[in-house]
Amino acid sequence: MATLPVDDLAITGAFGPHLSPRTRGGTADAPDRLVKTHCCFCGQQCGIQLKVSGNEVIGFEPWEEFPFNRGMLCPKGVKRYLQGSHPDRLLTALRRDPGAPGGFRAMPYDEAIRHVAREIARLQREHGNAAIGVLGGASLTTEKTYLLGKFARVCLKTPYIDYNGRLCMVSAGAANKKAFGIDRTTNPWSDMVGTEVIWVAGSNVAECSPITTNYIWQAREMGARVIVQDPRITPIARTCDLYLPVRPGRDAALFAGVLGLMIEHGWIDHEFIAEHTVGFDAVAAYCKTWPIARTAEVTGVPERSLRRAAELWGTAKTSFLFHARGIEHHSNGVQNALGTINLVLATGRIGRPKSGYGTIVGQANGQGGREHGQKCDQLPGWRDISNPEHRRYIASVWNIEEPELPGPGVDAYELFRKIDAGEIKGLIAICFNPVVSLPDNQFIARALDKLELFVAIDFFLSDTARHADVVLPGSLQEEDEGTVTQVEGRVIKINRAVDCPGEARQDWRIIQDLARALDRPHGMTFASPQEIFEELRIASKGGVADYSGITYDKIDAQLGVFWPCYSEDPRTGAPTPDHPGTPRLFEPDSYNPVARGAGRFYFPDGKARFNVADHRPAVDDASSEFPIFLTTGRVVSQFLSGTQTRRIGPLVAQYPEPRLELHPRLADKLGIADGDWATCETPRGAITLRAMVVTTIRPDTVFIPYHWPGDKSPNRLTVAAQDPISKIPQYKVCGCRVRRAAGPPAYASEREPQQ
Amino acid sequence: MPVPQQLEFFVDPSRCIGCQACVQACTECDTHRGEAMIHLEYVDRAHSVQTVPVVCMHCEQPTCAEVCPADAIKRSGDGVVQSARKPRCIACGNCVVACPFGVPELYIDRAIMMKCDMCYDRTSVGKKPMCATVCPSQALFFGTREQALALRPQSAPTHTFRFGDQTITTRVNVMVPRRAVPSHVDVTAAMAERASGRGLRLPVLDSADPFADVEV
Repeated sequence: MATLPVDDLAITGAFGPHLSPRTRGGTADAPDRLVKTHCCFCGQQCGIQLKVSGNEVIGFEPWEEFPFNRGMLCPKGVKRYLQGSHPDRLLTALRRDPGAPGGFRAMPYDEAIRHVAREIARLQREHGNAAIGVLGGASLTTEKTYLLGKFARVCLKTPYIDYNGRLCMVSAGAANKKAFGIDRTTNPWSDMVGTEVIWVAGSNVAECSPITTNYIWQAREMGARVIVQDPRITPIARTCDLYLPVRPGRDAALFAGVLGLMIEHGWIDHEFIAEHTVGFDAVAAYCKTWPIARTAEVTGVPERSLRRAAELWGTAKTSFLFHARGIEHHSNGVQNALGTINLVLATGRIGRPKSGYGTIVGQANGQGGREHGQKCDQLPGWRDISNPEHRRYIASVWNIEEPELPGPGVDAYELFRKIDAGEIKGLIAICFNPVVSLPDNQFIARALDKLELFVAIDFFLSDTARHADVVLPGSLQEEDEGTVTQVEGRVIKINRAVDCPGEARQDWRIIQDLARALDRPHGMTFASPQEIFEELRIASKGGVADYSGITYDKIDAQLGVFWPCYSEDPRTGAPTPDHPGTPRLFEPDSYNPVARGAGRFYFPDGKARFNVADHRPAVDDASSEFPIFLTTGRVVSQFLSGTQTRRIGPLVAQYPEPRLELHPRLADKLGIADGDWATCETPRGAITLRAMVVTTIRPDTVFIPYHWPGDKSPNRLTVAAQDPISKIPQYKVCGCRVRRAAGPPAYASEREPQQ
Repeated sequence: MPVPQQLEFFVDPSRCIGCQACVQACTECDTHRGEAMIHLEYVDRAHSVQTVPVVCMHCEQPTCAEVCPADAIKRSGDGVVQSARKPRCIACGNCVVACPFGVPELYIDRAIMMKCDMCYDRTSVGKKPMCATVCPSQALFFGTREQALALRPQSAPTHTFRFGDQTITTRVNVMVPRRAVPSHVDVTAAMAERASGRGLRLPVLDSADPFADVEV
């Protein structure tokens, strides 16, 4: 039932994306108040003040006291306020209606809730509890992610819940779990200033996490050398000290080769390795299989640059290593991340003020959203749903019998395969736009067609919500409150600036309304986000991600609290109401409840793990038939699948439509000039975009940003190959072919750039 | 209230990441809502991602004011060169042509020149200019000289620029490498060859083309 009700263009005509004005308000509109909160977009979570007049956000004012960004913002943060009072904002529930001009007609909210509850009950009666799936997202507050996990397990009794962090954070998370026993960046960003070397592996910092740029530049002013590993000369690479132009999909080989050189030269910390780690010998043996000539040949990085990297990294006294989706979005993503961790552990440069390691999270709550139970295999507090002790504890918090708690489900992509196979009949999705964001996304649209019930909770009609039977009008970030955990592991507070318009509701109310209409309100009767947070504190207590000592008041007073933050001293059990949190992990005298004094890492023996980080070729790698590497990523003015940012006029004006970036040598060979229409094709499909001919990309690689839907979406081309451990999709490499197009694609005359 | 003398503007193009936060933030100003007075340009996108933010340099002897036949451009006592005054400006465009930094722009529809006035509405009440507040790379920095020198030990501010026979001193500083001797480009000679990112080298690699070895 989930095929589009009417022609896609007709839906676009009715529901957008249309553009906001360039600005709102003016000199005459003095704000009633300034609300201190955070940006709704990426994982940096910059502090910002929203100017509010009546029930409308009319502008922003920098918040210079917030320590992470001190007033700094990227263009998305500057213009984020324009998403409110938008003509496309959903003000009522919608029901799919092929007879309506836009394919949907408004329905009263209460009727929509009753209808959805009836259909869920019917499907579960006919096909079992597991016939319903739930999809969440890492842009939700931690309170919502906690509630959603509880809703799936306790109310719907289904194992099938997962979230869009599956597309983002999971390779880093899995690697951190294997190596450290805890999954968090190790240091506050301010520690970076004063370090000797910064290695940025696969992160377009300037465009994807712009505020981090100033930390890196400031470190450089204080003498740090910067190594950047990327197939493109991004703005952060332009002035770096060492550029490693890695061929897409060869990162683990690069790390093994460089570590091999470091071992050869003795640029490693034997004492640290012996005292604080296990597994080094196997890694050293593996690195021997990557002599420099082979590493250079496979990675496409010249030998002299590999030697320089080993020397810079190996001989430093202090260092930071950061990675992001560039090395994580691979079917080898966990191995790639482990490769970086091996480089860090071999030098012993971790757990110190000027030395650390971290993953740069992508989404607003990329950190908190991966900790408290919306992942298919996880329970709150970063607990494991397959661990009997963890199950018993959470069952006791939720006041249910442990056997009632479902077991592990499947990752988000596998969930769609189960929909395709007819096992999952109904789906509730929030904060996830898989029709744009998942690889091979025409398969996703086909799978949605097979659902008997698809319910989307959304504030705009996203490309995925267009396939819904019922759309429930949810809340924008500024219409609700709650916490998120930003890139450094700092828990911060999102504050409400305005109320939901029309019949729109705060998402946690919608979820609880469904539970009530299902007549299963057990544990789903919270009166506020703060009440949810108070239960989350108890549920996370004793877990690795322990939030038990965090309160809303403490967040306000300290301008954020780094977890773990204990309500009771893990050593003595004595109450610690004033525990300040843990800005820096793995410090020499630190104590954690897993190691219990045995060491600084979160394993019973207190030691970190080296893991052999094996290079395996990419699935559907470049081949004779598809000889060019396709890689995908972001531009600075857009965010994720663009549901919000493609509606903000000035952000669309900054970079209106996706372009295909390619090197002039490749362009010459293909007969393509800058501005020509070019078609990129893989076994999954073909899209036609304007070419952008630049020398800032490897000549064997093309790049397409992924924020657009349909015929402009590079995820029509990407391969649904996944990492075997983390299940992250391989967005960053697959073979493609490119040709000059005969003429413009249909969308050029039919659609506005943002559509 | 004047802009305090000890507070200065420092521009460091080597830090610029081209994100346009400055441009977007500038459009939020109440005095020119929807229009940006700061400009951000790629030097040569085909060959580099290098971008340059351009604010008004607030010259001690502003060429724009000197060539204005209507005396519409005033430099206030705190050294800020104000945007054209509405009753006086005749939209002749002399200032647009004469400014050596390419700052003023003519708004034909309103028949007026508008340009960056260092966020006078903010700086004259003790705030920083909006662009320098939001700039995520701090390519645009506003503060005291002591702060700038402490934060940027590799860089030094310069505020003297030579254009042919004309030497211009400005209130706004440009950061240059501290150890380098500022070289003055002969503008007319530079005009003969279009500026290009092609000559930009990545430091460690021997070749100006880091992809020289890559086969297509």
